[in-house]
Amino acid sequence: MDFLGNVTAALPAYWTPLWVTIGATVGGSLFALLVAFALGLMAGSRFLLLRGVARTVIEFFRGTSLVVQLFWFVVVLPLALQIRFDAVIVIAILALGMNYGAYAAEVVRGAIAAVPPGQLEACTALSFTYWQKMRLVVIPQAWPEMIPPLSTLAILLLKGSSLVSLVSLADLTFQAQVLGRRPDQEMLFHLGLILVVYFILSYLIATGMRFLERRAKRGLGQEPPKKSALARPVPVEVQSAAAAAVER
Amino acid sequence: MGWNWETAQELWPLLMEGLRILLLVTLISSLIALALGLVVALTDRSAPRAVTMPLFAVMEFIRNTPVLVQAVFVWTAVTMWLGTAASPMWTGAIVLGVHYASYTAEAYRAGIDGIPKGQWEAITALSLPKPRAWIAVLLPQALRRSTPALGNYVIALFKEVPILSAIGVTEMVRQVDGYAGLNYTGALEGFTIAGLIFLVVSYPVALLMRKLEKRLAN
Amino acid sequence: MVHFENVVKRFGDLEVLQGLNFQVQPGERVTLIGPSGSGKTTILRLIMTLEQVTDGVIWVEGEPLSHMRKGERLVAANEAHQRQVRKKIGMVFQQFNLFPNMRVLRNITEAPVHVLGQSKEQAHTRAKELLELVGLSDKADAYPSQLSGGQQQRVAIARSLAMSPDILLLDEVTSALDPELVADVLDLLKDIAQSTDITMLIVTHEMGFARDVSDRVMMFDRGVIVEDGPPSQVMGDPEHERTRSFLKAVLGESQG
Repeated sequence: MDFLGNVTAALPAYWTPLWVTIGATVGGSLFALLVAFALGLMAGSRFLLLRGVARTVIEFFRGTSLVVQLFWFVVVLPLALQIRFDAVIVIAILALGMNYGAYAAEVVRGAIAAVPPGQLEACTALSFTYWQKMRLVVIPQAWPEMIPPLSTLAILLLKGSSLVSLVSLADLTFQAQVLGRRPDQEMLFHLGLILVVYFILSYLIATGMRFLERRAKRGLGQEPPKKSALARPVPVEVQSAAAAAVER
Repeated sequence: MGWNWETAQELWPLLMEGLRILLLVTLISSLIALALGLVVALTDRSAPRAVTMPLFAVMEFIRNTPVLVQAVFVWTAVTMWLGTAASPMWTGAIVLGVHYASYTAEAYRAGIDGIPKGQWEAITALSLPKPRAWIAVLLPQALRRSTPALGNYVIALFKEVPILSAIGVTEMVRQVDGYAGLNYTGALEGFTIAGLIFLVVSYPVALLMRKLEKRLAN
Repeated sequence: MVHFENVVKRFGDLEVLQGLNFQVQPGERVTLIGPSGSGKTTILRLIMTLEQVTDGVIWVEGEPLSHMRKGERLVAANEAHQRQVRKKIGMVFQQFNLFPNMRVLRNITEAPVHVLGQSKEQAHTRAKELLELVGLSDKADAYPSQLSGGQQQRVAIARSLAMSPDILLLDEVTSALDPELVADVLDLLKDIAQSTDITMLIVTHEMGFARDVSDRVMMFDRGVIVEDGPPSQVMGDPEHERTRSFLKAVLGESQG
């Protein structure tokens, strides 16, 4: 058995799965951001109905497991849409986006609630409409505060994307197990290799988000933070609960 | 292929068996995560850099890679080492516990960092010995601050146990998947009920943690 | 111009204003004085629609502010109506409330462009003029966090003037400033008072400023007007014991 020859020959087979992982992560993150702003604005609304709808959706997707949601989407979406549904990547993006979007919605709501009330009063004094207030003043100020917890969530989403292998989407995790097959040295190599790849992807996300944060903070005339790229994780649920407490 | 109550009924005992294993794994993993996290946080404060730097690197690596891959990796390694298939449940529970220790360590650390400076000064002023200071003064305060975060990590861990179905832990998702594979039906019912069970178990705990967090914030 | 008709404001059980009546004429400069908790700031916040009246009606330029006409009757105002009426009103806050995400110039042009529909150039030109007026032409590209408190407040004044308000509300505009920065801001406001005919309602503890700027001083205590008249009378020769003791306390404080 030529170990080195085998594993080297296998490497090109990772090219497509790498892009499936990146696609699911980027697609899922963008969809999650959309969901987060929609639900987050609704959850901070004056109207009880909007708040109620948002809260229900948020609690539902946070309370049920992502793995279950993924399987559930795979079963239910084709049923609900009355079609044979082969694009598992779309389902993966939907499930990842809804799940992490629900967590991110709390981040969005919390950061918006933390904008000082004086800012809102100034908007009133200048006769801004709700959307002008949000677009011109509130969201630009809340955005830098959102980035660190969103960065934590994006890395969680990257890790969560490995679950799509459970519904037979050929991502990195799936490919490593296909190439490994038996519990031997080769399999261990493949798994170790993709662990390193995931770590590098995490690092890239963290670096990118740090860059965004610096830019956003500069946009507020603040000194950007100087930390290493992979900083401490911000516990997302706790962070939002704290913001809720401040809001009261 | 709509909703079928009979199928749901047939699935129920399987789901309950899955839930039992789910809770068992959650318990073992949580204990590991809570204990190991504390050890890591305390080591990080007191050990020399030659120890803390590699420890930090290992924790970073664990935290930033998927638990699914970690579980398969460790299971493969242990199986090779033993020469026979490793126990999926124990392997899975330990991997999940260690994975979450990389998070709880940060929660403990934040709790310790949040202790007011005056407390440390008072300890010095009273010449309290270090072990005593930690047990009587510092840890009780740190734990109080860390509790909501720790609780939330336990909930998160609970919801990630189904990932271990990949190495054959027969929790709820694996049970439903097995049933659906044999009978070509039951996926809709099984996954829906499994989701609701997750919600019913985790939501009250989540509410409790939020309440606690609010109380601590005031 | 501004007319309070039996205005009541309660916060829970606390009745801050108890059936308040007064009128302010166009171009008049009115200073509200009185101990803290007497309801002065609440009056400004009601006019700016930051608070809603519990009972009674506030009129601005003959239009009901707290209410709107529905045939003969008055019904509680909705957001659209309030937005319409309050375009004529500007406010300068104690804590400045500049937008930290925008540079100074954009803080000033934002509302004229987005609310009044001015062109960017138009708003830009006007903002430059206003910055010159407040003596901060060189700070147009700075962020608020890079300015001192006094500078921030001068920008805030420019920002409110950019909306060309008929009525300007000044809510303890120097209270958050370091003592040495107060004079600049007050001098600026005196200039504005002299060079325009904007109606002003002022809440301040700066008695000298109040005397110089106002046509009229109203002394409040526990939500009612105790004394109302020209500054020479209210501050120089107060009729009421409560006004006397208040003035004594404030003046004593500013000397000490």
